Amino acid sequence: MTEAPYLGPEEIARTVRRLAHEIIENNHGATGLILVGLLSRGYTLAQRLAREISEFEGVEVPVGSLDIGLYRDDLSHRVAPPSLRPSSIPNVDGATVVLVDDVLFTGRSIRAALDALIDFGRPARVRLAVLIDRGHRELPIRPDFVGKNLPTAFVQRVRVRLAEVDGDDAVYVSGEEAPDA
Amino acid sequence: MLELSLAPVAEAGVTPVWRSKDLLDTDVLCADEIALIMETAEAMAEIRSRPVGKVATLRGATVVTLFYEQSTRTRASFEVAAKALGADVVNLTASGSSIEKGESVVDTVRTLEAIGADVLVMRHARSGAPYLAARHTRASVVNGGDGTHAHPTQALLDLFTMRRRLGSLEGRRVVIVGDVVHSRVARSNIWTLLAAGADLTLCGPATLLPRTLASASERGRVTVTTDFDKAIEGADVVMALRIQKERQESGLIPSLREYISGYQLNARRLAKAAPGALVMHPGPMNEGIEISPEIAHGVASVIEEQVANGVAVRMAVLYLLATARRS
Repeated sequence: MTEAPYLGPEEIARTVRRLAHEIIENNHGATGLILVGLLSRGYTLAQRLAREISEFEGVEVPVGSLDIGLYRDDLSHRVAPPSLRPSSIPNVDGATVVLVDDVLFTGRSIRAALDALIDFGRPARVRLAVLIDRGHRELPIRPDFVGKNLPTAFVQRVRVRLAEVDGDDAVYVSGEEAPDA
Repeated sequence: MLELSLAPVAEAGVTPVWRSKDLLDTDVLCADEIALIMETAEAMAEIRSRPVGKVATLRGATVVTLFYEQSTRTRASFEVAAKALGADVVNLTASGSSIEKGESVVDTVRTLEAIGADVLVMRHARSGAPYLAARHTRASVVNGGDGTHAHPTQALLDLFTMRRRLGSLEGRRVVIVGDVVHSRVARSNIWTLLAAGADLTLCGPATLLPRTLASASERGRVTVTTDFDKAIEGADVVMALRIQKERQESGLIPSLREYISGYQLNARRLAKAAPGALVMHPGPMNEGIEISPEIAHGVASVIEEQVANGVAVRMAVLYLLATARRS
């Protein structure tokens, strides 16, 4: 059985484009902007957003990648240590940093990302952009830019596939109580 | 006696996860586990390169370094690594502790576990001592060098240094020269280098070379030779081992002068290696004996890089062991 994706490639592309516009609007341009994506798919999204922004504004936007493995709060609840990759972060001092992730769920990854980011310097402000907000926050964290609000049950699984990492672009929801796409 | 068989390879397509309680030698590591340590060490090297090279991941964990034998770089390196991950560190040496009063290894290890040690880094002059310790404690044990047997973190940092400089080691020629048979560094390196696909040459006077190399040499991947001048031709990496002066007293080498003439890594010999070849040494060096000073500190030398990389690799090992423990 082939399950139908919640979002296909065209919708993802449109959503990313809209997010790019919103980020520029909120920042009054692309000056002083740095995009930092959580590895791996958040980083891929950040690269796409940076391409869109530089197309609209004619300015290159620095993109960083952040590995949050060492900042997680669930190290004692996992079957094995999370695998780590090096982070690569431009100078964030005084910049407007937009953290980028694919799915916002409990908010714990973003909490870890904020801790990690602060180790690299002192941004003037930090914003959060996500492709999917599926709800069920466990921490007082809210996104500034949301691609799609996708109401889910806690037990459901949201999978984002991006061509650069997974070979194709799609968002799938699996498990019970799948909402109508 | 040195015996080799190739390390088992993990199932294809399985994401490597760390499950072992201890790290006692490299011979039990499969290629995927070595790759996992290397990747983790890259992330740790990135942390060390930050303005504040420290994270809090292992806060609440206690790492004890238990050294029955003297050490500068290994002990300091483990201490810096543990602190860079936010762990608490207790340093014990044989002198000044109850070991001097005759406390056994097993009792010491049990005491340290009762105090709350999560990871024990142990160095001992007797081969196998960390294995004994590991059997008698729930704490993770890292072998920091045992007798003439193994020194796994040294081999891993050597591999890390080579990979960072040369990329893949597949088909690269690595020459290890010196007192191979008594060297725990050489022994642990053999496993990691073969797993990495390197062509390995072990070189030294016949009295300091292993007599059997079982399956590895049958597969033609390890060459054992007494002719250093020939072995170094076209080598991508030359690793000189420390010559202990007592080897001369025990008659294994006729004289230091003779050793130097046949086996010292110097400019004349290095000129025969491949362009861009790396010079390595696990330290501490006897400059002027196994390695000439101008080569030890020359452009080809990555000896200080080995030491710096050692911190990142030991952070990776401590992270994997301590986090697997909590799971």
